[in-house]
Order: sequence, then C-alpha cells, then structure tokens
Amino acid sequence: MTQRTEDHPRISSPRHQAHPIHQTDQTSQTHHPSQTHHPSQTRLLPPPDQPIIDLDAHLAWFGPLPYRGTPATLIDEVKAAGLTGRGGAAFPVHRKLSAVLASAARNKAARNGRARPIVVGNAAEGEPASAKDKSLLLLAPHLVLDGLQLAAQAVGATEAVLYVGMEPASADWLDGLIGQRQATGLDRAPVRLVAAPPRFIAGQESALVSRISGGPALPMFTPPRVFERGVDGRPTLVQNVETLAHLAQIARYGAAWFRAVGTPDEPGTAIWTLRQADGRVEITEAALGTPVTRLLDLRDTQAVLVGGYHGAWLPAATAAELSLTNAALRPHGAAVGAGVLAALPASRCGLAETARIVRYLALESAGQCGPCRNGLPRIAAALADLATVTPDRPLTDPFIIDDLARWSGLVQRRGACAHPDGTVRLVASALRTFSGEVDAHLLGRCTAASGEPFLPVGPGPVTEKDWR
Amino acid sequence: MHYSSVVLWYTSRATGVVSLVLLTAVVVLGLLVSRQRQLPGLPRFGTVSLHRYLSLLAVGFLAVHIATAVVDSYVSISPIAVVVPFTSAYKPIWLGLGAVSLDLMIAVIGTSLLRARIGRRTWRVVHWLAYGSWPVAIAHGIGSGPDLNSGWLLGLTIASVLAVVAAIGWRIAGALRASPRARLVPDLLATHGAHDPAAIGHRAVMPTEAGQTAQAAYPAKTTALHAKIRAVQQ
Amino acid sequence: MPATSTANEPAAKATPASTRLRVNPIACSGHGVCAELLPELISLDEWGYPVIADAPVPVSLLKQARRTVTDCPALALTLARRCLPSQAAADR
Repeated sequence: MTQRTEDHPRISSPRHQAHPIHQTDQTSQTHHPSQTHHPSQTRLLPPPDQPIIDLDAHLAWFGPLPYRGTPATLIDEVKAAGLTGRGGAAFPVHRKLSAVLASAARNKAARNGRARPIVVGNAAEGEPASAKDKSLLLLAPHLVLDGLQLAAQAVGATEAVLYVGMEPASADWLDGLIGQRQATGLDRAPVRLVAAPPRFIAGQESALVSRISGGPALPMFTPPRVFERGVDGRPTLVQNVETLAHLAQIARYGAAWFRAVGTPDEPGTAIWTLRQADGRVEITEAALGTPVTRLLDLRDTQAVLVGGYHGAWLPAATAAELSLTNAALRPHGAAVGAGVLAALPASRCGLAETARIVRYLALESAGQCGPCRNGLPRIAAALADLATVTPDRPLTDPFIIDDLARWSGLVQRRGACAHPDGTVRLVASALRTFSGEVDAHLLGRCTAASGEPFLPVGPGPVTEKDWR
Repeated sequence: MHYSSVVLWYTSRATGVVSLVLLTAVVVLGLLVSRQRQLPGLPRFGTVSLHRYLSLLAVGFLAVHIATAVVDSYVSISPIAVVVPFTSAYKPIWLGLGAVSLDLMIAVIGTSLLRARIGRRTWRVVHWLAYGSWPVAIAHGIGSGPDLNSGWLLGLTIASVLAVVAAIGWRIAGALRASPRARLVPDLLATHGAHDPAAIGHRAVMPTEAGQTAQAAYPAKTTALHAKIRAVQQ
Repeated sequence: MPATSTANEPAAKATPASTRLRVNPIACSGHGVCAELLPELISLDEWGYPVIADAPVPVSLLKQARRTVTDCPALALTLARRCLPSQAAADR
C-alpha cells in the first residue's frame, strides 16, 4: 500500500543530504542508513514519497529488531548516546528508563501490586502548528513500534500503549500494522491504541495517564510522578514517538553512530515542522545544531516562532544567526521544544497572530486551577483588545501592559501543569519581539499590511466530552 | 431509685434535644463553609472552627445523652445497642435509628479528626455521610419519645428541619447555577469582550509604506516595557 | 528515584530546613482560610487563590502551618519534606 502524503505536509530533504550509503557488514546484508563515513541527517524519515509501511521492507531497510535481553545494556547504550526526549522537555531518556525500572523494583519489594510497569508512546501532538509525530507515524510507523517494544523490554513492561491524536481512518490503519506485528510474533508486549482527544494539553504526562486510565485527558496534581504511579497506579514510561524511533535506531546502530551528527551536548537528529513565510508547510529531519537559515527561508520574514505555541517569537535577524540547539536558543528565551519553526511574513501583524494563539491557549485550559482559568482568559482578552485597536476604537484599558505583566506573574508556576507558564513565555516573547508594533497599537495604529491569520488554531473544547 | 431514674431520664431527654440543636447548627455551618460564605463578623476560619467545635460539643452532649439512657434502669438499653442498630430491647426501631445516626457521626467526626492523615477523597466521601446522619437523628428524636411532638419542642424540631432544608436547598441552587467547568474560560472570555478569532486582525490597517514611516516616527518605549517583562520572567 | 515525599507527613519527621508548604491547585477552590491562618507565608491573589511564599517554613511557624493544613476546607494544602529539588520541572 502506497501511503499518500497529501493529508500531511510535504516531506523535504535537507539541502545537504547525502543519500544513505548502503553498507554491508560481515554479519548481514542490510540496507539501512547506518554509516560512519558520511553520517546522514535523514535517519528516521524514509526517502521522500517512499514511506516504509511493509514490515518486511522495514526490517530489510533498518535491520532486525534487536531485543537486548537485559534492560541494563540498552539503558547504558541510551545513556552513552545522550538521547533526550523529543516531545518538548528534552529530558534525558536513560534517566526516565532507570526511574521506571527502579520504581517497579521498589513496588515488587513492597508487594503492593503495582510492580508491572507500562510504556506509552505519546503521539497526541496537541500542538496545532506541529505535524512531525503524525508524519512519522504515517511514514515510518514500524520504527516507532520497534522503539516501543525496546523501551518495554528495558523497563520490564509487558504491555504498551500508543496514544494517538489522529482521525479514525489513520488510527485503524495503525491498528492493522500493530496486529500484523503481533501475528508474526515480532512484538513481545501487546500494544493497545488509545485515542487522544484533540486538546492542546492532551499529551501532557499526567493528562495522558488520566486518559489511558479511562478518565478525561486532564492533568493531575503531582507528586506522585507518573514513573512512580501512572496508568492504573503502575510505574509508567511516557516517551514521545520520535524519541522511541531514535531509541530503535540506537539499539541497532549504537551510541557512537547516534552521536556522529548533532553537537556533543545535543547529539542526533530531530524532525522539524517548518512553516515557511509563503505558506508552505514542510516536515524535515535535520541534526541538532543546524542553522535556522538552513531550514527556513527568512526572506520576507519579520519574526520566527521557535518551538511551538509554548515557545517564543524571535526577530528574524536574531533567528538568522542562531542554530537549533537549546544551548544556542535558551539565552534568547527560546528552546527547541516541539520542533516547530514558523516564519511570520513581514506583512502580517505579530500581535494579531499572538492574540489569536493566546485566545486558543486560554480556551484549551483545563479550567481546573484558579490562577490559570482566571489569568489566561484575561491575558487573552487584553491581547485581543490590543491587537484590534483602530484610531476610532482605541484601547479599553490604558494600563494594559501593567495588567499583562501582573497577570503573567500570577499564573506562572501556580497550576498543576505548565500550560500557563508556556503561554506566558509566548506572550512575553511577543511583547519583546513585536515591541515596535506594540508601541503603534498603544497609539491606536497598526503598521502591518495584513491582519490575516497565518498560524492555525483549533476551536477549543465546548463540553466535558471534548476531553475524552 | 425511682427518683434517680427520673433524673437520668430527664437528663437524657434534655441532652438529646441539645445535641439535636447543636447538630443542626453544625450541618448549617458545614453548608456555609462548602459555599465559601462567612458568618458576619467572623473571619473565614471562624466559620470553619465554629463548625468543628460545635460538632465536638454535640458529641459531648451526645455522650451524656447515651450514658444516662443506658444507665437508667427504667428502660432496657444495653451498651451494645448504642452502636449496633435495632438490637435494643426498648423501642428497637427508634433507638436503632439513633444507633445508625451515631455510627455515621463517629465515621464523620473520626475521619475529620484524622483528616490530615487520610486522603482527600476518602475524607470527602465519608463526610457526605453527614447528610444521612442528621435526618436519621431527627427521626430517632421524634420516634423515641413524646417530647418533640408537642409544645415548644415541636416548634424547635420544625425550625431545625426548616433550617437544614433551607441550607441544603441553597447549596443545591448554588451548584445548579454554577457554570460547568468547560464553560468557565469561554464565559470569562466573553465577559471581557474577547473578540472571536475571526475578528482579530480585521480592522483598519495602514498601507505598508505609511506603516513603516509611522513605525519610525513612534519612539520605542521599549526600555520600560522590557523592564516590566524582565520582572515577570523572574 | 524518590520524588517529594507524599503529602501529610507526621510533622515530627519534617526537618525545618526543608519543609515546604504546597497547595494542590486542582483541589483548591479559593476559600481563603489559609491566608487568614498563616498570613506570614500565604496571601491571596486578586482572584482569591493562595500565593505561597517560596521558602522553607520557619520553625516558629511549623505548628501554625500544620494547623493551616488541617483546617483547609478543601484539604488542598500539604506540608512536605523536599527530597529532590525540582527535577520535576522537566517533562511536565
């Protein structure tokens, strides 16, 4: 079955890509992108328009699934490779694996019935601007499923869950692939597909656990952390699906291979969702440390959104000098995050864009915590007010900047999850990056040529059912 | 012996009535706390404290009410019948209701004394038993003796029932009127006139050239702005 | 990898240097009793929700802090010993 790529963004090759060299080693004849002389940056994603769906083709291309036997060998390899999570938080993967393993061991010793860990592949991708996880699942699903099995073995889990935010048709297709693997006996841990609701925070760790345990996808108060008590009270490993795909490659080709690209502190590749200024949306894979200009066309761009809707706006001139590592981005208040890079055209209004996004983020609040459900709508309303001023209808609130600053301070670190913190990060970066526009708006004018929307937002939840 | 029995009997009835009044106050205060209201003149923790201290006072009066009833040899109520419902020789049904009410109360007050040690959910679930304890206590009072059925004590009973019914009605009304959680943010956005997303951006824009000139003309008040943003980021 | 000790430690175990007051923002409904009982550490924001000082509870206030935890109508406060500084900040 040829996977049609119309439903998701065009896959592009990085400009410098060398096609994978087919290397034969003594033990097996395989065609896989493992090579040491010319490390390729396209490791996870198959060649453009050639998704690897068929299980045999997958095993032929990447090599057999290398179950390790003991958890320790894989965890050590992952630690040596320096793999960090690709879901946004960039947490070291080996530490998560060890934590779940240790938690399960403690529970076993305590005989409290919670000794069976469970692993979850997180493909909720609630970020409207991001499409990398959906694309990966449509183009190289078996890599993700391999990673899920290896992670399960590493923590001693005998069950796995794939948590996907996809239309039913795609989910059914994935279910079929899972069934096929089960039938051939390749998968040792049975995999269950759980649908994630299309909420921004559906992929948050504790919201995910709540949903998979049968409840709504609402964050829960921690402690205990999910590696201690997660799904059904059991130690739970949650990893983004891209992270699992990298894991599947590290297990095959080793830590040294993984480190052959990227930077010493942030090795390996990542998948990026690129939103170019002309409206094209592309998915590409590039090593960490790649300059922004290599991926984004910054002509006709005033600012770049880095990371996603919990990320930060950077002026185009600043972004042009940066490369894509957390080390380079953090001093500017940004981070790699969910791997979204969006180039805002020069003709648009950054404030209007941000106001629309923040209104969406406010609607996507779980509404469980007083500071968030009070602060985010007020911030959103103020930004909307600021964005829509005209000479005839100036600002309602002359102290708008003071109010924004106060509310931003009041919502940070006072919720059960990081949703208010991420929203405030975006708002603060917008006020910094679009400060000229802010000044104009404070005087009742907009300097942009067009107020048309550029970045996508969703409709927001309406009833309790929208959280299941 | 007859004299002391009369003293015991009257003491039991009197302390029973006082317990009922105190428990009525406890239930009403509990409903006030759940709806986050203050008693006029008292701070918020005062309402909470009063609720708790009155419940402990009620337990005190209840202890005397039960002890005198058991000790009094005029009626046969074994100590077991105090906690095991419907096992008393004297008026087993009505006294049994008293035992039921007492059992529920022990659970409620016991868990509340230990509330910092048990989970939040456990405490809440058990505390709901209070809604069962009070009407059972009233039924016990009405059926166990003739006191509450006539005279000013009947008036007291009616007033207590009305107070609790009104308080519960007020609580239910508040719960019904409260917005469901999923509506909280949209309602607040609407209150603050947050324009719908389609409207954001559709307003008078300046042509690009004029815009650039205008942008150059406005002095950047960024220093103050950056200071405020930095303060927020701390 | 132990995280913060779970809620409701008997106070005898809590050492002054590392005992912190935390509010469960999901359970909190903004009663405001805590701010009355422990104004030295807790104030209310403009919406009625507690803002807790980000510092360990001083020894002199430990007893009052324990009372405040017990008296919260929503049982939303905890007094916890912190075993690890927030490694919890990542992967939320």
